[in-house]
Amino acid sequence: MATPMHDTTPILSGVPMSEPTSAPRPTALRAIHEKAGAALVDFAGWLMPLRYDSETAEHKAVREAAGLFDLSHMGEIRLTGPDAARALDHALVGHLSQVKPGKARYTMITNADGGVMDDLIVYRLDEEEYLVVANAANADVVAEALLERAAGFDVKVTDESAEYSLIAVQGPRAVEILAPLTDADLDSIRYYAGYEHTVAGVPALLARTGYTGEDGFEIFVRPADRAVEVWEALAAAGADKGLVPAGLSARDTLRLEAGMPLYGQELTSDLTPFDAGLGRVVKFDKEGDFVGRAALEEAARTARPRRLIGLVARGRRPLRRGQDVLRDGAVVGSITSGAPSPTLGRPIAMAYVDGELDTTTGAFTVDVRGRGEDVDVVELPFYQRQA
Amino acid sequence: MSVPTELGYTAEHEWVSIEDGVATVGITAFAAESLGDIVYVEAPATGTAVSAGQTCGEVESTKSVSDVYSPVDGEVVEVNADLEGEPESINSDPYGAWLFKVRLSGEPAALLSAEEYTKLTEGED
Repeated sequence: MATPMHDTTPILSGVPMSEPTSAPRPTALRAIHEKAGAALVDFAGWLMPLRYDSETAEHKAVREAAGLFDLSHMGEIRLTGPDAARALDHALVGHLSQVKPGKARYTMITNADGGVMDDLIVYRLDEEEYLVVANAANADVVAEALLERAAGFDVKVTDESAEYSLIAVQGPRAVEILAPLTDADLDSIRYYAGYEHTVAGVPALLARTGYTGEDGFEIFVRPADRAVEVWEALAAAGADKGLVPAGLSARDTLRLEAGMPLYGQELTSDLTPFDAGLGRVVKFDKEGDFVGRAALEEAARTARPRRLIGLVARGRRPLRRGQDVLRDGAVVGSITSGAPSPTLGRPIAMAYVDGELDTTTGAFTVDVRGRGEDVDVVELPFYQRQA
Repeated sequence: MSVPTELGYTAEHEWVSIEDGVATVGITAFAAESLGDIVYVEAPATGTAVSAGQTCGEVESTKSVSDVYSPVDGEVVEVNADLEGEPESINSDPYGAWLFKVRLSGEPAALLSAEEYTKLTEGED
């Protein structure tokens, strides 16, 4: 077989496959990952755990018990000042001044043409303080854009990505594992809410957010090196509750099953939020101009929204990004993300098709290196946890 | 990582066992570990003529697709049908979970010894 180091498909999706220009940056948890036997890879310039042992077992542990993730590669940008809310309303497509302190919002930043530069989670920490969380590959670009767009507002923009570690504990047993380690009343923290608390005695922003389709928490720790204490305390507390460390490979299959978009695949700068079928994140009913408004108003009127559909293969051959989707032999779309689904036990994929396409009739196939694989079109997400 | 001394190896991370003119081919523990969980195997059909160095199948893991090369010249006489339903056995038992068997048509190509293969993988690690 070919050298397994050089695969014919990208080993990790969502990041431009360029040669690294310098050695990837380790996170504060590197020694812990190495001791646990993790396969470490360069992901967006960071040395990150791809998996520890079996990525399938890690995925299943998150669905059935809990998983512990190092997400310290994510970017954190703080906005502080009397105009913080107004500056974000101007810089992003969302209505961030409407978010109450302690709450979070999923939003996007676009360029002047309306193309998506990144998708973001923005936490309002206080009346005059926000934390913007960006994807690792886009963190520098987002920080620069926010700095530029904040000019003229009374707000200070600081890229704090290097100061923060981010740990996520995700899964049905996350609450019971975390509760004894924190001063927070976890029942009072709703989904998409976050507050300053302590975890294992370490001050942290504790948020009920995630990217797995499970209940769980993201723990922003500063200074970054104190993440070691938080990680070790969580690992110990979860040892008899099925908690396992989980890598980026499991994270990708978990978010795919949950039907969550990934920047670089479902979202790119070639698409407006409307093209991507996510126009609902664009809030026109806010005061003042915002970057991309004119282009996005046009896009809202004229874009032929694509529709993201789910595909489940009848066979076992994995579906992959970039493969054509056909209906009755004619190409109707393209796969943006594909992988074997540990939960369904079959290959799954998300694909863009024209919004008008009738997917209820016809025989759907995917062209896997010249051979048509039979697939069924399903509603997204592939997996939804029981409330 | 164990590299059984009784087997031959290729630089493409395959192991080969030759008995009575038939070569049994699988992928090494190093390869299985590097690829992650194996989820799909496409072996050549029985009766296919193969030549050394030629692509004759695929192994897919969660995150990768890799070609399988024939290490020898000959004809495929048997494929491991168990891998269709249980490709993960390559991870759990790489030297037991063989992919296919080839009846040699000539002299077997030069294979690496366990020691030579180990040296090769240490260079890649």
